[in-house]
Amino acid sequence: MNQSDIAETETIVPRHPVRWHILVFLAPAFLVYTAVMILPLVETLRLSLFNVVDGTMAFVGLANFQRLFGDPRLAADFWNALWNNTIFFLIHMAVQNPIGIALAAMLSLPGLRFAAFYRSAIFVPTLLSFVIVGFIWKLILSPIWGIAPGLMDLVGLKSLFGPWLGKPESALITVSLISVWQYVGIPMMLIYAALLNIPDEVLEAAEIDGITGWGQFWKIKLPLILPSIGIISVLTFVGNFNAFDLIYTVQGALGGPDGATDILGTLLYRTFFGFQNQMGNRPMGATIATVMFLIILAGVSLYLFVIQRRIRRYQF
Amino acid sequence: MNRILKGMLFATTVLAPAGMAWAQETTLTIESWRNDDLPIWQEKIIPAFEAKHPDIKVTFAPMAPTEYNSAVNAKLEAGTAGDLITCRPFDLTLAMFEKGQLAPLTDLPGMENFSDVAKSAWTTDDGSTTFCVPMASVIHGFIYNKAAFEEVGVEVPKTEDEFFAVLEKFKEDGNYIPLAMGTKDQWEAATMGYYNIGPNYWKGEEGRKALIAGTEKLTDAQWVEPYATLAKWKDYLGDGFEAQTYPDSQNLFTLGRAAIYPAGSWEIAPFKSQADFEMGAFPPPVKAEGDQCYISDHNDIGIGLNAKSENAEAAKTFLTWVASPEFADLYANSAPGFFSLNTTPVVMQDELAQEFVSWRQNCETTIRPSAAIVGRGDPNLDLEMWRVSANVINGTMTPEQAGEETQKGLDSWYKPKQ
Repeated sequence: MNQSDIAETETIVPRHPVRWHILVFLAPAFLVYTAVMILPLVETLRLSLFNVVDGTMAFVGLANFQRLFGDPRLAADFWNALWNNTIFFLIHMAVQNPIGIALAAMLSLPGLRFAAFYRSAIFVPTLLSFVIVGFIWKLILSPIWGIAPGLMDLVGLKSLFGPWLGKPESALITVSLISVWQYVGIPMMLIYAALLNIPDEVLEAAEIDGITGWGQFWKIKLPLILPSIGIISVLTFVGNFNAFDLIYTVQGALGGPDGATDILGTLLYRTFFGFQNQMGNRPMGATIATVMFLIILAGVSLYLFVIQRRIRRYQF
Repeated sequence: MNRILKGMLFATTVLAPAGMAWAQETTLTIESWRNDDLPIWQEKIIPAFEAKHPDIKVTFAPMAPTEYNSAVNAKLEAGTAGDLITCRPFDLTLAMFEKGQLAPLTDLPGMENFSDVAKSAWTTDDGSTTFCVPMASVIHGFIYNKAAFEEVGVEVPKTEDEFFAVLEKFKEDGNYIPLAMGTKDQWEAATMGYYNIGPNYWKGEEGRKALIAGTEKLTDAQWVEPYATLAKWKDYLGDGFEAQTYPDSQNLFTLGRAAIYPAGSWEIAPFKSQADFEMGAFPPPVKAEGDQCYISDHNDIGIGLNAKSENAEAAKTFLTWVASPEFADLYANSAPGFFSLNTTPVVMQDELAQEFVSWRQNCETTIRPSAAIVGRGDPNLDLEMWRVSANVINGTMTPEQAGEETQKGLDSWYKPKQ
């Protein structure tokens, strides 16, 4: 019996029958979380099964869902929003995360000058309010007052400039890229932290074996940061399918032009709260919110139960 | 919940500077979407009322126009809305009244100052109950830069051909953007475009009523043609108009960079305060010389009483004052472009406003086609018209498709009375 064992038995002996402090310490978080997250969620799910029948709320089962997917207009709006949302997500996955990883890899290179400056500069937009980001970019890209046309003129590319936010074919890509610009700092920081966690011994061993530069990144570093990339993908997925704010500030609640940037969040907003002369429809809004919840739940479950289990983790 | 709110209100009032006679005063809050008019209410209208009724304080609480309806509905349902509710015309407010959120005002002293036409926007379908005091109507037309017209040497256009000839002149000249309008916010395209020029095609009330009766369809020539004309505007809009927002258009015009602004009369006051050149106005051009002209003279704004207001008596005092000729005169002159609906004629000082009103003498007036009866369903005809009008100008939809889509949306819920 060594000393630590003795110390352990001593602390365990005066155990209280009921450990009240656990409940007391959990209570504030539990109560707040229940009040602001769980109750509204349950209430939303419940509301999606109700509708106004003859002026009073009545249980209608899955009729709201039937209408959402059966009514040609609602269904068209919904699929359009889901499709746009998917593109929005794919652009983030294809642009934001690789750039984030690349930036992190460069920042973690030993001997890089001004690394702290770059790191902060790239992370700052993440801290800005989406309203500011949306407004700044709207101004930059404005064909009337913006600096984008002038800047492109300086390098002789004026002919390539267009009112990107106003054209159906380019609006969604433009908004996605604005969002990428704002949030690229998050994958960068997470990957940067993961890269710093790789022990020097592993890298030195690799160097002794002759693996350096790109080879080292692909063969040693990337496999070691895969779990972080997985987490980032899930965060991107959840964030994108919940997105609303940036689109709302840049393109308005209609997700114009002609619904080209309408995503699930803006569709939910218009349906639930109404817009201009369109009255809000609470049960249908709740129905869309429920479908969004299910989509996100499915995506996260897929990651947790299928992908995460296959990612190999290394213990150092 | 209400008690906590009251408690908080009480606490804040007690903490507020002492010496105010809070106990005897009633405070009325007005919900409105006219955030542009905030200074007018605070500096002119409310002081005029408070001078007469020192025991009533009035607060004007406006919000963004596009969010007004959803926000005020949510507030009414939650019981936190102000005492006085600014009323959109026709179907939107009618729905509020039918839900019991607005009090009937048929017997309000002062209601006799309004004609049936004025009250029609805020009266039940059977004509028995009026629930908002009519405040003002707005007229559509075009505001132009007089200096620019002289510089380029063009006259005010009367017919459509002349209108496009003027635009062509400005385009050749190159110093001015011929038309200041964008399609990014979508509503400009319909409100300043389709609803503005359309009445000349569908013959105002005749077409609007026929649409409600089901004898005309949105796919008929008179409803599709205005789209075709709008599509021709495309060439005369500024560079990148697809991304041009409503404030962009306003600024382009008031900075003197554009020649003609498709307008609603509500622009008069803000334009007057910002533009340093002389402005004129002309009604939507007719197709051929001598044709009967039609203008959109839309009952736009009224004010009603929240049925749950605890200060109903004070609110009614205020509403009676709103119905008086005194208010009509004050409002029409401090917010030029909002034309009084009061039967007592109002003398307006503003020349531009006089110009707009003068069209009533020769032209037949009508209201926006999507406002009454056909505007109460889902999909909302007004929003649909925003979308297709913007699409037509952007060139992503043909005028025929625009007509078909809106008619299809209307058919999905609207059955005309046989």
